[in-house]
Amino acid sequence: MTAQIKYDDVEVGTELPAASFPVTRATLVQYAGASGDFNPIHWNERFAKEVGLPDVIAHGMFTMAQAIRVVTDWAGDPGAVVEYGVRFTNPVVVPDDGTGAVIDVTAKVAAKLDGNQVRVDLVATAAGQKVLGRSRAVVALA
Amino acid sequence: MALDQSFVGRSYPPTDPYEVGREKIREFAVAVGDAHPVYTDPEAAKTAGYPDVIAPPTFVFAITFAAAGQVVADPQLGLDYSRVVHGDQKFAYTRPVRAGDRLSVTSTIEAVKTMAGNDIIDIRGEVHDETGEHVVTAWTKLVSRAPEEA
Repeated sequence: MTAQIKYDDVEVGTELPAASFPVTRATLVQYAGASGDFNPIHWNERFAKEVGLPDVIAHGMFTMAQAIRVVTDWAGDPGAVVEYGVRFTNPVVVPDDGTGAVIDVTAKVAAKLDGNQVRVDLVATAAGQKVLGRSRAVVALA
Repeated sequence: MALDQSFVGRSYPPTDPYEVGREKIREFAVAVGDAHPVYTDPEAAKTAGYPDVIAPPTFVFAITFAAAGQVVADPQLGLDYSRVVHGDQKFAYTRPVRAGDRLSVTSTIEAVKTMAGNDIIDIRGEVHDETGEHVVTAWTKLVSRAPEEA
């Protein structure tokens, strides 16, 4: 399968459609079950505060899963992702206030590589803080 | 405490196969809010050229991190898991993980260091299917935070 975006149609600097992903406590409980990561810092406020966190925080891997959606939704084929890496720079704090948090993701083409592949650099923020650093994906385009 | 440098380069035996199920992939896709049909609809996956539904890119972490558990829990290494946070994560894919895969992980310690009192360990997990074909490599950096000053 191949992506729906053509390599020849993108340039360095091409911006991908940005997206915002809401996160509530319920989201984190659901992700804990699906991923098998039951670390209480992701659902137990008392425990999170005991270990020095401001509140319950999202799983880093949840944030990583959200950010790549900007790339897979753009490319059309999730299987076109060749590489994907991030650094977890700040936690996404998820208060129990009926609203939760929002992860905002932007991305642009940073380099055109051989083999119809491009490198996409991602920026993910929550509450104005960068939550992923060195976040980049390599995608095979059509 | 400083980690034992002699662990660099150490590999652990391949894990017992993890069988990837369609419904587990669906559960994960729903949990991350991704409605792409290639994750849940076998016909859509076939139309897209895959033999069965594929998993979202980060799905495999549950498998590689479980495999890394044998490294983290190795008492000789001396990592304080109660203080561990996830530093970096990277994947390199040969092909997407898909339903029906029976995946085995071989974990290797790539680096061990101590910086500003934090113990840092880099673990590489090589994921192969039951035919021995490479599927994905996962690199995980774990940081065991230095204890606060008493």
